Amino acid sequence: MSQSYNRGLIEDFSRWREFSAGMWAWIFHKFTGWVLVGYLFTHIAVLSTALSGAAAYTNTIQALESLLVVRILEVGLLAVAVFHILNGLRLLFVDLGVGLEAQDKSFYASLILTGVIVVASVPTFLSGVSI
Amino acid sequence: MSTQVPESVEEESATETASAGKQKRDAKKRERAERVQEQREAEAAEKARSADDTFHLKVFRYDPEVPEKQEPRFDDFHVPYKQGMTVLDALMWARDHYDSSLTFRHSCRQAICGSDALFVNGSQRLGCKTQLSDLSEPIRVEPLPHADVVKDLVVDMEHFYDQMESVEPYFQTNSLPDDELDEQRQTRENREKVKMSTRCIWCSACMSSCNIAAGDNEYLGPAAINKAYRFAMDEREGEDMKQRRLEILEQEHGVWRCQTQFSCTEVCPKDIPLTEHIQELKREAIKNNLKFW
Repeated sequence: MSQSYNRGLIEDFSRWREFSAGMWAWIFHKFTGWVLVGYLFTHIAVLSTALSGAAAYTNTIQALESLLVVRILEVGLLAVAVFHILNGLRLLFVDLGVGLEAQDKSFYASLILTGVIVVASVPTFLSGVSI
Repeated sequence: MSTQVPESVEEESATETASAGKQKRDAKKRERAERVQEQREAEAAEKARSADDTFHLKVFRYDPEVPEKQEPRFDDFHVPYKQGMTVLDALMWARDHYDSSLTFRHSCRQAICGSDALFVNGSQRLGCKTQLSDLSEPIRVEPLPHADVVKDLVVDMEHFYDQMESVEPYFQTNSLPDDELDEQRQTRENREKVKMSTRCIWCSACMSSCNIAAGDNEYLGPAAINKAYRFAMDEREGEDMKQRRLEILEQEHGVWRCQTQFSCTEVCPKDIPLTEHIQELKREAIKNNLKFW
């Protein structure tokens, strides 16, 4: 057999429809991890405004918090952080070899719990914002 | 139905030397063969039509040796259903009745030989262990992903076998029993521990499903690590041999590549808890290297 057919990358692109729980958990964990790393830099940037005085910091925070977009992004940030924490706990159990047969259920549980916490947080995050 | 390609390749070399008479005879022969084939296909299609229940299979086809078949395609086969029919049975029926060039590996038909791991409806399964009635139509049958296709549903297993061999998948020990004729006995508990890992049939379904193995060609893969687990956990092999096995597993492309996606555990036709075994070996590796005394 002199040659063989390499199916290349194309076939991989539609494979997400065939993913199971463990694979989704892995992808979400990677994604939320990168989002949190990205947030860390903006977080440091905002905090750094305190270097030029207390007033500058207060102004920055107030200006940001008056924007609806920022409030919505905060809800998103909470969702990302909560899922990353819960799935991190799940992975901790997986590493310890505890309850591996329930790994898909714990993934769904962390998804649902994330959803509940995020929905519950919406009133707090969106209170007193002018559109 | 199957795609028939007129066989013009063989002719080329033969035409110059062959006499006109032979050419005529060859042409006649070919014509007859084509007619027989057509008739056979018509009969098969008729059988499929008259059956109470038929299953529609879409089968991946590719043949690098025939120019017309080098472009991969899917062939449709309508197979009359019999109770208890598996994907492998359906493929065999299609091969016997529609297109004898349909190529796939199979041997024991009872999930022991590990020859017929296929990509059926988006998941790695053994053809002989997958009931048609459990699948939704049309049933897509493809060769295992992340492996080179040799022809139709046959993939190149060489890399998989190399990885399996690299973990030394055989029993070795330095502590032989005193009497030459003594058996090497294993405790019941120890046997229970390695029981599931001994069930591997080298079908490569796990390796094909593993995202990491797809991206990292040097990664041992779930099957090889499971094989190493079977011997590393075997108490009869002794401490020094376990050290040696852990050294193989601890390498950069060993157990630490596993990202616990559980794909291998989901597809394993023998229900081996592969991820669990890999995780246990990770813990063993850490225990082996971290010593606080």
